[in-house]
Amino acid sequence: MVGPAAAAGTEGTAGPRYDESPIVQVRDLSVFYSRTPALSGVNLDVYRHEIFGIIGPANSGKTSFLRALNRMDAFNPAMDVQGSVRINGKDINDWRNEYALRSRIGVVFPLPVGLPLTVYENVAFSPRLRGIRQKEKLDEVVERCLTRAALWDEVKDRLDSLGSLLSGGQQQRLTIARALAQEPELLLLDEFSIAVDPVTTMRIEDVLRELRTELTIVLVTNLVQQARRLADRTAFFLMGDLVEIGETEDLFEGKVKDERTTGYIEGRYG
Amino acid sequence: MFGATALNRRSYRSQAVAKAAFFLMTVALVIPVLIIVGTLVVKGGPAISWEFLFTPPTNNMTAGGILPALVGTIWLVVVALLASVPVGVAAALYLSEYAPDNILTRAINLAIINLAGVPSIVHALFGFGAFVLFFDMGASILAASLTLAVMTLPVVIVATRESLQAVPLAFREACWNMGATRWQTIRKVVLPNSISGILTGVILEVSRTAGETAPIMFTGAAAYVAFLPQGVFDQTMALSYHLYFIATQQTGVPEELTFGVALVLISIVLLMNAVSIGFRVYLRGLKKW
Repeated sequence: MVGPAAAAGTEGTAGPRYDESPIVQVRDLSVFYSRTPALSGVNLDVYRHEIFGIIGPANSGKTSFLRALNRMDAFNPAMDVQGSVRINGKDINDWRNEYALRSRIGVVFPLPVGLPLTVYENVAFSPRLRGIRQKEKLDEVVERCLTRAALWDEVKDRLDSLGSLLSGGQQQRLTIARALAQEPELLLLDEFSIAVDPVTTMRIEDVLRELRTELTIVLVTNLVQQARRLADRTAFFLMGDLVEIGETEDLFEGKVKDERTTGYIEGRYG
Repeated sequence: MFGATALNRRSYRSQAVAKAAFFLMTVALVIPVLIIVGTLVVKGGPAISWEFLFTPPTNNMTAGGILPALVGTIWLVVVALLASVPVGVAAALYLSEYAPDNILTRAINLAIINLAGVPSIVHALFGFGAFVLFFDMGASILAASLTLAVMTLPVVIVATRESLQAVPLAFREACWNMGATRWQTIRKVVLPNSISGILTGVILEVSRTAGETAPIMFTGAAAYVAFLPQGVFDQTMALSYHLYFIATQQTGVPEELTFGVALVLISIVLLMNAVSIGFRVYLRGLKKW
């Protein structure tokens, strides 16, 4: 499962550290919703400074996988997670304070949620939770994160208007900015570009590539080409099973262990 | 090709009939309100004056004003609110934001619904037994207000819970995902967006508290008190009980006076409802999503 050692260090700080211990270690992870399995027995590692792509058709367990990483089963009594997830070597269920765990993981879901606060307060939300009070510091974080999410130019003159009144695509970028403001070690993106136009999507993708020097990204996407553009390695999920993981380029060049992967990538089903 | 078929015509007819029937029912609903308010205004209107509102009754309550009852009702309402709002809002916050969905929570919810269904005279007897006798408060504003508070608690809880649940779950999840605790989420996102609904519920509760008679009969309301209440341990007159008393227990009260009291009471209730509706309309305009 460990990638070629040559990939480590060849591009300076950018790029995955396959030689270091993984940031996320998933073992026998299964997810059930009211006893209906959504994900069964997944084993995988995500390495630091990697963009880890997950592709697969609807209902393949991609979103359930992300939810399990963030202990979001706590929000949904019907969701049952089995197996173990270690982040930085520590089992996520050993965090007595699950809020501290979540504050280090940024999450962006396909349906954007602009909180009914101003644009500024949306982005300043998690810095404030971390106890940052100084106006200049908050201003700086807000501008930096909105710029990275390719939203600053559109909202810089109306930071005091409501985030929930922005357009769908803008709210999606606001959500991304909010996740970046957490200064997360791990960023979970679930089809972040679904409501965003192609040009803006490209701008955000560029930012994600830059961000790789600072953090690790797990990218769930319906767009196989997006996985190809961004991901260092890609996992293919199908009906709750992890079919295979490989170097993204290998998968797209047909060097697969399972024919179903090529079938999906080439659009024969899905 | 686009002509109406027999089926089209039949569904059109039945829809017209249904519409007419629903309209008539709606009108029928308005008629009693118009008759009640109309009668009160016609018969009680002449009695209303500043003097009526701001002087005590005289001649064994067959003349004079209603000041002690008016002031007493305000006392009862305010003390009842002070007791029921904090408890009700806290309970609703727990039930809506914290409580796991288990048998205990369902039992509590069922209890609240049942509490709302308890007849007011039963609340009155409970209040008499619990507050007046057991807690030894005597017949007092405090005992009467606490009885009213127990009675209106379900209204506060249900109104609060509903306005809390009107805040989309997605907002909460977004906050939790940033590492906000439940309380931080409530304080920063849930409460600011539901406070309007909570206040509306509270105002509706005020109108109900002001109008109830049975719960205060044994617990703190008096037929006649010569002075205005000085504190929560005094007995007091109240508009609703005053009306009951002069209408049924006292002879020789001019009809105009009785209707005047009724008019003042219903005005307070309607005014509160109007404030509540106005508030709701105003806040709908501020809705943030």
